[in-house]
Amino acid sequence: MKADDSGLAARGYLYYPGCSLRATGVAYEESLLTLFRLLGLPLRELEDWNCCGATSYMSIDEGAAALLSARVLSLARQQGAEDLLAPCSACYLALRKTQDSVHRYPRVQQEVEESLARAGLTLLNSTRIRHPLEVLYTDVGLPAIHTKTVRRWRGGQVACYYGCQLVRPYEGVDKAQNPTRMEELLQQVGVPVVDYALKTKCCGGSLTGTLSEVGLRLNYILLKEAARKGAEAIVTVCPLCQFNLDAYQRDIRQQSGERFDIPILYFTQVLGWALGGGVRELGLHRAVSGRNLIKRWFQAHEPVEAYV
Amino acid sequence: MQALTLRKMKFQREALPQWVEQISDIPGCERVYSCIQCGTCSGTCPLSIYMDFTPRRVIALVREGFRTEALTCQTIWLCASCYACTAHCPQNVHITEVMYSLKREAIRHRMYPPRFPIPVLAQEFYKSVRRRGRNSEFWLVLRMALRSNPFLLLKMIGTGWRLLRTGRLSLKREKIERIQEIQKEFAAPREAIS
Repeated sequence: MKADDSGLAARGYLYYPGCSLRATGVAYEESLLTLFRLLGLPLRELEDWNCCGATSYMSIDEGAAALLSARVLSLARQQGAEDLLAPCSACYLALRKTQDSVHRYPRVQQEVEESLARAGLTLLNSTRIRHPLEVLYTDVGLPAIHTKTVRRWRGGQVACYYGCQLVRPYEGVDKAQNPTRMEELLQQVGVPVVDYALKTKCCGGSLTGTLSEVGLRLNYILLKEAARKGAEAIVTVCPLCQFNLDAYQRDIRQQSGERFDIPILYFTQVLGWALGGGVRELGLHRAVSGRNLIKRWFQAHEPVEAYV
Repeated sequence: MQALTLRKMKFQREALPQWVEQISDIPGCERVYSCIQCGTCSGTCPLSIYMDFTPRRVIALVREGFRTEALTCQTIWLCASCYACTAHCPQNVHITEVMYSLKREAIRHRMYPPRFPIPVLAQEFYKSVRRRGRNSEFWLVLRMALRSNPFLLLKMIGTGWRLLRTGRLSLKREKIERIQEIQKEFAAPREAIS
């Protein structure tokens, strides 16, 4: 699995941003591209990608949901990739699920193949769906992250939050019960992590917008527990988790009466910073909550110093 | 009369065993008969305390064939598809898939509470992606609120403003170039969705 640096760099990765990374999760895309550039692994965007359908398509028509993912998988193969990087948890799950159900149910496979054929596409189900967390951990490896670190961490302790759909029901990225890869990666760049028992508890997804009393309450619990464990920030791997925890802290204050101003970062922002990325190219200026702390922790004028 | 509507007891003659067979034929829902009613799903579900029926009770309703109760409850809409129940179920019942199948049938037969935002969001999402190939968050939320509860928009003004200020609120309506590929894929007769 562990390819040498030159082979990896030549191959690069094809990546599938998904809708969130073009709107509320734009900082995730910025920091992902910056981090992979700093690692010498260029990312190439999947050309003419479509939406994965997320949970909404599954609630309406599971056949149509499979067709959306099938087109993405088919494009990836057309564009010459064996691996497709899906940074958003919802996209990652939708693609994995389609692959799994095509593999397990001949009638699903038949329907998907017939529908793709109408659009002049063929399904090649062998594309490997990857997530950046797993690529960093497996392909790049912890030692390479450590040697490439150029900045000392000036911030406080963080809680690593994985959310739901990345680790469940498929275990490709990390263990379902107690994932630890994010902690291991962050420790390589000197970031202290706290033990966070709610790391795979759901943030409620779109409930913050549809049934806000319930959605806010779920996010309140996540913030409260992180603070109780002494974390000064939460690090996430999913654009929807980041959005919920970051954008609603004022509403949570109105509901619970407790004040939160906690930075909610992407793991790619923290790693990208350690590897020498700038504040703006990592999208750190896009945070809604914890802006003062972010300003203090990520000071761009500090000279980049040798770390190892 | 009121006592009748409030009763918790269910009668065998109200059950639809053939409906359970249909459900268990859906990919992912095969193991619904294997449920041992241990309640692990309800215990792990982060939303069960807000539900009218816990996930365990919904599975019991489905398994016995009480279709109306299973399709009209709020539980299926509160399910955020986090897969905690599916991952922990000792009998390997894919509860999340069962919830999805109930959502689909409830939408098909319009059995959800009127103007309830969650199914409206799913429908608007569906339409937008079928038409343009991608979903644009701002327009999706706007349409969802206008069709369900415009009051929701008032609550969102503050958040919207903060997102706009940080460059995270895109007003662009995304569209893919080869949208005809999606439309051809979807061209087979499918059940109508509005």
